[in-house]
Amino acid sequence: MIEWFTWVQLAVAVAAGLVCIVLGLAGRAPNDVTNGALALVEVLLVVQLVVAIAAPAFGNEATGSLLEFYTYLVGALLLPPGAIFWGLLERSRWSTVVLGVAALAVAVMVYRMLQIWTVQQA
Amino acid sequence: MTDVQSARPETERGRRMSGIGRVLVAVYGVLALAALGRSFVQIVAKFDEAPLAYTLSALAATVYVLATVALVRPGRGWYRVAWATIVFEFTGVIVVGTLSVVYPELFPHDAVWSWFGRGYLFIPLVLPVLGMWWLAKHRPAAPASAAPQGASGADAA
Repeated sequence: MIEWFTWVQLAVAVAAGLVCIVLGLAGRAPNDVTNGALALVEVLLVVQLVVAIAAPAFGNEATGSLLEFYTYLVGALLLPPGAIFWGLLERSRWSTVVLGVAALAVAVMVYRMLQIWTVQQA
Repeated sequence: MTDVQSARPETERGRRMSGIGRVLVAVYGVLALAALGRSFVQIVAKFDEAPLAYTLSALAATVYVLATVALVRPGRGWYRVAWATIVFEFTGVIVVGTLSVVYPELFPHDAVWSWFGRGYLFIPLVLPVLGMWWLAKHRPAAPASAAPQGASGADAA
């Protein structure tokens, strides 16, 4: 896990979450901006997955439980597509709020992943 | 405003699963995923350490998944399942939460419900209440006519 990348990812997820919730409460249905923000969150998660798989080969080992780490990562990967799909079923303001909730949940999970990789002792 | 689409009465499903209820279901889904993930890790990695707490975790996770599905599915049958699972969750979080505060030695390992769901930002405590409120306002249409007026009002919320 690359720490600075993870912090960037965390910032993007939080920002995407707040933007979607604000736009949703302001009455906007999901649009290219909100779905794009979630797509970006998803792309960063995929990058994180690649980094996590490659990192141990470069001596960057997780201190904590890899099982737990990957459970969070796989769970997080499911959220943005799920939220976008859920939003497409009914394009209302609340679907935009759902996108925000999903992005914030991803942020929490990424933070937890960072703890597992750097702090938690297996 | 943008709720024009959702306000159009389509089916029973459209009425219950519309508007802000979709946020409720999404949060339920996230909690179900979190509980399922944690339970999976606990059972695979360290089931022997606390079989009781981890079995409870798995049970809770299953019920969260069931509640999420039941909230989405139309019909009176699923409506009852939704009530049953949500009441079960509420009872669980109250009973286990209280026990974990009064007799912490019973729950040396964190479960979803210990300390009233502290590990999950108390979402497990708040969510069943919102769920019950939602269900009470969105009864499935009775065969004859006795549809409560709550259904129309909440779509605009």
